[in-house]
Amino acid sequence: MSDAILATRGLSRRFGGLMAVGDVALELHTGRLHAVLGPNGAGKTTLINLVSGDLPASAGSIHYKGEDITRYSPDRRSRIGIGRSYQKTNIFPGFTAFENCRLAAQSRAPRVLHVFADAAAYRPVCQAAERALDAAGLAARGDRVASTLSHGEQRQLEIAMVLATAPEVLLLDEPLAGMGAEEAQRMVALLKSLAREHAILLVEHDMDAVFAVADVITVMVNGQVLESGAPAQIHASPAVRRAYLGEDDTRDAAAAGATGSRKGP
Amino acid sequence: MALLAALALLALFPFAGTTFYTELVTKVMILAIFALSLDVLVGYTGLVSFGHAAFYGVGAYALGLLAPKYEAANLWLTLPAALAFAALSALVVGAFVVRVKGIYFIMVTLAFAQMFYFVFHDTKFGRGSDGISMNFKPVAAIGGFTPFDLANATHVYYFVLAAMLLVFVFLRVLLNSAFGRALQGIRSNEHRMRSLGYPVYWYKLASFTLAGALAGLAGYLSALQFGFVNPELLSWHQSGNVLLMLILGGTGSLYGAVAGAFVFVALQEIFSSVTTHWQLLLGGTIILLVIFLPGGLASLGGLFKRTVVGDPDDE
Repeated sequence: MSDAILATRGLSRRFGGLMAVGDVALELHTGRLHAVLGPNGAGKTTLINLVSGDLPASAGSIHYKGEDITRYSPDRRSRIGIGRSYQKTNIFPGFTAFENCRLAAQSRAPRVLHVFADAAAYRPVCQAAERALDAAGLAARGDRVASTLSHGEQRQLEIAMVLATAPEVLLLDEPLAGMGAEEAQRMVALLKSLAREHAILLVEHDMDAVFAVADVITVMVNGQVLESGAPAQIHASPAVRRAYLGEDDTRDAAAAGATGSRKGP
Repeated sequence: MALLAALALLALFPFAGTTFYTELVTKVMILAIFALSLDVLVGYTGLVSFGHAAFYGVGAYALGLLAPKYEAANLWLTLPAALAFAALSALVVGAFVVRVKGIYFIMVTLAFAQMFYFVFHDTKFGRGSDGISMNFKPVAAIGGFTPFDLANATHVYYFVLAAMLLVFVFLRVLLNSAFGRALQGIRSNEHRMRSLGYPVYWYKLASFTLAGALAGLAGYLSALQFGFVNPELLSWHQSGNVLLMLILGGTGSLYGAVAGAFVFVALQEIFSSVTTHWQLLLGGTIILLVIFLPGGLASLGGLFKRTVVGDPDDE
C-alpha cells in the first residue's frame, strides 16, 4: 500500500440500476504492469474511465502519490502525471502525426502568453514529440496526416501521444485492439520497455500478450474483482477458470479462446 | 502573388473609385474584421456563435456613448475603451456559454445577444430604437499633432485598411502560437485535448474574449465611419450575416473570412440593383455555393491545385 503510486479503494460506478464497476481496490506501482482481464461488459473500460477522470466515480476514492484525486478533472489528472490511451482511436485526424504528438507534448509547456512565437519552432516540445514518435515506432511517419495512417499506425500514434505528455502512470485501454500480428509483437515489446519506468494499468483482450507482459493480473467479472495476483496464480485459480476461461483447464484452450476474442479492426 | 495584387488593388483603390465606392469598400473591410473575429471562434475553436453581433454592437455603442455632445471624441481614448468594453462583455458572456456545446451553444449565444439588443433598444441608457447620432467625428489627435483626419473618407479608408491588415497579421501569428494551436486542437477533438491535460474551458473562454474584442473593434470602426449607432447593429440579422460571410468564404481560413465579406456585400449590391427581391437571389446563391463549394471560396485554391496542376499530396 505504502509504496503504491496510485491506489483505488471501494471504487464504484453505477449506471442507473447497473453496477458497472463495484468496489474495486487496486494498486499501481512504478516498474510494474498491472493487467485487467475480463469478458466483454466486465467493466474494464469503465474502470479506466474512472481512474482517468473521464467518468466521475459513484463511490470510493482514488489516491495518487498520497493525494486524493477522486474529484480531479481529467485534464488535471493528466497534468499531474496520469496519462491514458483509448480503445477507440482518439486522435486529431486532420493534423500530422508529428503535430498530434507536438500538441500532446505542448500540454506540459503551454506557453499561452507566447502569442507571437511560432509553436513549431519551440525546440523542447518538438523534441519531446519526436522522442514519443520514435518510442512508438512512428519516427518515419511524422509528416503523414494522421487520418491517412493505417489502423495499426493510428494505434501506435495513440500511445505516442500519451508518451509525449511524459506521464508516470499509464492507463492503456486495449492498445493491441485490431493490430496485425507483427504490429502486436512490436507493441508488446514497447509495453515491456515502458513497464520498466512507468506504472501501467493495462486493459487487454489478448491473453497471450497479457501473460507475456503482466506482473500482476486482476480478473473482473460483472464489474467486480474476481481475483487478483501474479500471472501464475491467476492461471492456476479455479475460480478464474470457472468464470472466465471456461471449464476446460488446459492453458492451450484458454489461450485459443482468448485469441478468438481479440477484436478485429 | 495573388495576395500582393489584392493588397495593391486595395491600397490604390481610393484613387480610382468615387467617394461612394471608397466608403463602400471601407464598410466591407470593417465587416471583414468582424468576419475575421468570428472565424477565431467558428473556424479555429469550433464554437459556432450566433450572437457575435452583441460585441460588434458594444464596440459601436462604446463610441456612441463616450463621445461628448459638443466636441469631438479622441480616437486614442475611445478606441481602447471600446475594445475593453467588448472584451469584458465577451468575458462575462463567455464564462456562461463556453460550457455548452453544439446546438445549445448556438442557442445560448443567440439568447445573450438578444439580451444585449434589448438593453440598448429598451432602456434609457441605450437611448432607444433611434440610437445615437454623433455630432462630431472622432479626432486622432496626440497632444497637438493630428496624423490623419477621420472626417475625410479617404483617410478613414486607409485607417480601416491598416486595422484590417493588423488584425489579419495578428491572427495569423497567434494561430501559429502554442495558444492558437491548442485552439485548433480543441476544434479537432476537444475530448482528447482535455485528456492530454488542457484546461479546455479557459482556452475557449480566452478565445471567446479575444473574438469579442476584435468584433468590438469592427463595431467601433463602423460607428466611426457612419457617425451613428442604433440597436440594429446588435440584431440577430447581423450575427447571421457575418456567419454567412464565413460560410461563403470558408471557415478556418483567414483569407476566406475576408473574401466572404467582400463577396457577401458585392452580391448584396449587385442583386439589390437588379430587383427589390434581392434577398431571394442572395439566399439562392448562398444555397448553391454551400452545395457545390462546401469549403467556401477559400477551398478554390486547393481545388484549382488538385484539378489543374494535379497535386495528389494535398489533403
